[in-house]
Amino acid sequence: MRSITIGESTFSCQPDETVLETLLRENVKVPNGCRQGLCQACLMRSLDNSPPASAQVGLKDTLQKQKYFLACVCRPERNMTVALPNQQGASIEAGVIKKQRLTPDIIRLVLEYQTPFNFFAGQFVNLKRADGLTRSYSIANIPKNDNILEFHIRRLPNGQFSSWVHDELEPGAQLTLSEAQGSCHYLSGRAEQPLMLIGTGSGLAPLYGILADALAQDHSGPIHLYHGSRDLNGLYFVEEMRELAAEFDNFHYTSCVSGDASESDHVKGRAHDIALSSIETLKGWRVFLCGHPEMVNQSKRMAFMKGASIADIYADAFHVMQDKK
Amino acid sequence: MSESQETTASPDQTLYEKLGGEAAVNAAVDIFYRKVLGDYRINRFFDNSDMEKQAAKQKAFLTMAFGGPNNYNGQDMRNAHARLVKMGLNASHFDAVMEHLGATLTELNVPAELIGQAAAIAESTRNDVLGK
Ligand SMILES: Cc1cc2nc3c(=O)[nH]c(=O)nc-3n(C[C@H](O)[C@H](O)[C@H](O)COP(=O)(O)OP(=O)(O)OC[C@H]3O[C@@H](n4cnc5c(N)ncnc54)[C@H](O)[C@@H]3O)c2cc1C
Ligand code: HEM
Ligand code: FES
Repeated sequence: MRSITIGESTFSCQPDETVLETLLRENVKVPNGCRQGLCQACLMRSLDNSPPASAQVGLKDTLQKQKYFLACVCRPERNMTVALPNQQGASIEAGVIKKQRLTPDIIRLVLEYQTPFNFFAGQFVNLKRADGLTRSYSIANIPKNDNILEFHIRRLPNGQFSSWVHDELEPGAQLTLSEAQGSCHYLSGRAEQPLMLIGTGSGLAPLYGILADALAQDHSGPIHLYHGSRDLNGLYFVEEMRELAAEFDNFHYTSCVSGDASESDHVKGRAHDIALSSIETLKGWRVFLCGHPEMVNQSKRMAFMKGASIADIYADAFHVMQDKK
Repeated sequence: MSESQETTASPDQTLYEKLGGEAAVNAAVDIFYRKVLGDYRINRFFDNSDMEKQAAKQKAFLTMAFGGPNNYNGQDMRNAHARLVKMGLNASHFDAVMEHLGATLTELNVPAELIGQAAAIAESTRNDVLGK
């Protein structure tokens, strides 16, 4: 008989029982609907072994890779340790090794960790300071062997965490990090697929990581990055992006300013408007959308209506309210 | 609605199998959902804040209409749409969805006879969906 561990409890799964049935029988609250692997209400994640492939049918590829599965159609092939999507796993400590101001509004923060840590560029972690204040930030670098994580943090007026990072956090300080989360990241395969990356402000952070990942994995299809901001203080890495575009034939970069920026060499307008009107159809494209929640939600719908498949749209909306994830 | 085992010419194949099973649902869902979101008569019912989840539900709808495996009964259909009935869901909206179902299958070159069978399954849920 297989056992299922969730949190502190371990239950045994009766022959022929699904993970959902076992957990509900034991009075563990798991959301569910169709119980047929269709509605995805019962989404869970395996923390150890890969779940049976049949329990991952229909899930986004990035979620499959992170061992998410549908509990209602999962008949365990071996013992499993599982969690609900919003349940926190282990956390680790990391120290600040570099703080660099990119614009008056944006800080590049580099952390170094000692304990093993798995992530994809573009995922996010919850950063927690000593008094418990916690905010989500996206990872801007790809995993190498240097135990480093890079973040781009935008100062929000009177923002508690971002102001503290900008004004007080110093190299040497320690932060607590959640495990890496989210499904907005690059996966190899389909290397010839055109990519559309749209971000506002520090929404460039995950896109910068996704871009680095795609280029490192020899993505051969065209990659279009549109980075936008209301004013110049939200735009950064402009020179670096232009250099990359000169170096890689398949990479195209457009910086956009929606507010007043006369005298500048950026395109005038909102990044997603410019990006989405620049092409006839997004049929067959992979689309990444990061940053301002309104921009992300609007663009999601626009990209879908323009022909992108739901399965090919990856998004991270930077919601500012902490409890609302 | 219980599992539907509609049969036609070859009695050993269900409608779901004839339509192409899960692959057909996957091919249909984006087309169908795009039509629904593009239709001002009904798109207010399909809140798009979580498009992924909403699309998964439309997949459940299509699987059901295709006569595929599902555990929904009439009461489930009532419950699933009760919130929408409160928002004003009525027969004209139901007809619009039927229209999009037909158009989606036509676009996928499904033979008229099978479209008719799928439509009949969807139509059979009318009272439950509309909370009548
Ligand atoms: C998945 C995800 C990824 C993210 N990635 C990034 C990233 O890579 N980079 C990044 O810069 N950000 C990112 N964010 C946003 C980030 O998590 C924080 O929300 C952001 O930094 C603001 O936090 P704060 O503590 O500085 O502001 P908060 O203190 O939370 O305040 C937010 C804003 O609300 C205003 N406010 C607060 N309280 C009130 C009130 N009572 N009345 C009126 N206004 C109020 C503040 O003035 C401020 O402008 C991400 C968010 C999510 C969900
Ligand atoms: C034609 C017959 C119909 C059938 C067979 C049907 C079937 C379904 C099914 C199976 C679900 C998923 C339920 C779940 O697991 O949560 C669903 C959800 C939904 N349906 Fe229908 N449906 C029909 C008509 C309609 C109509 C006419 C509308 C509105 C115009 C509609 C709008 C919705 C919406 C918005 C949801 C998601 C509800 C939520 O947010 O939970 N449906 N439907
Ligand atoms: S309950 Fe619907 S997918 Fe599991």
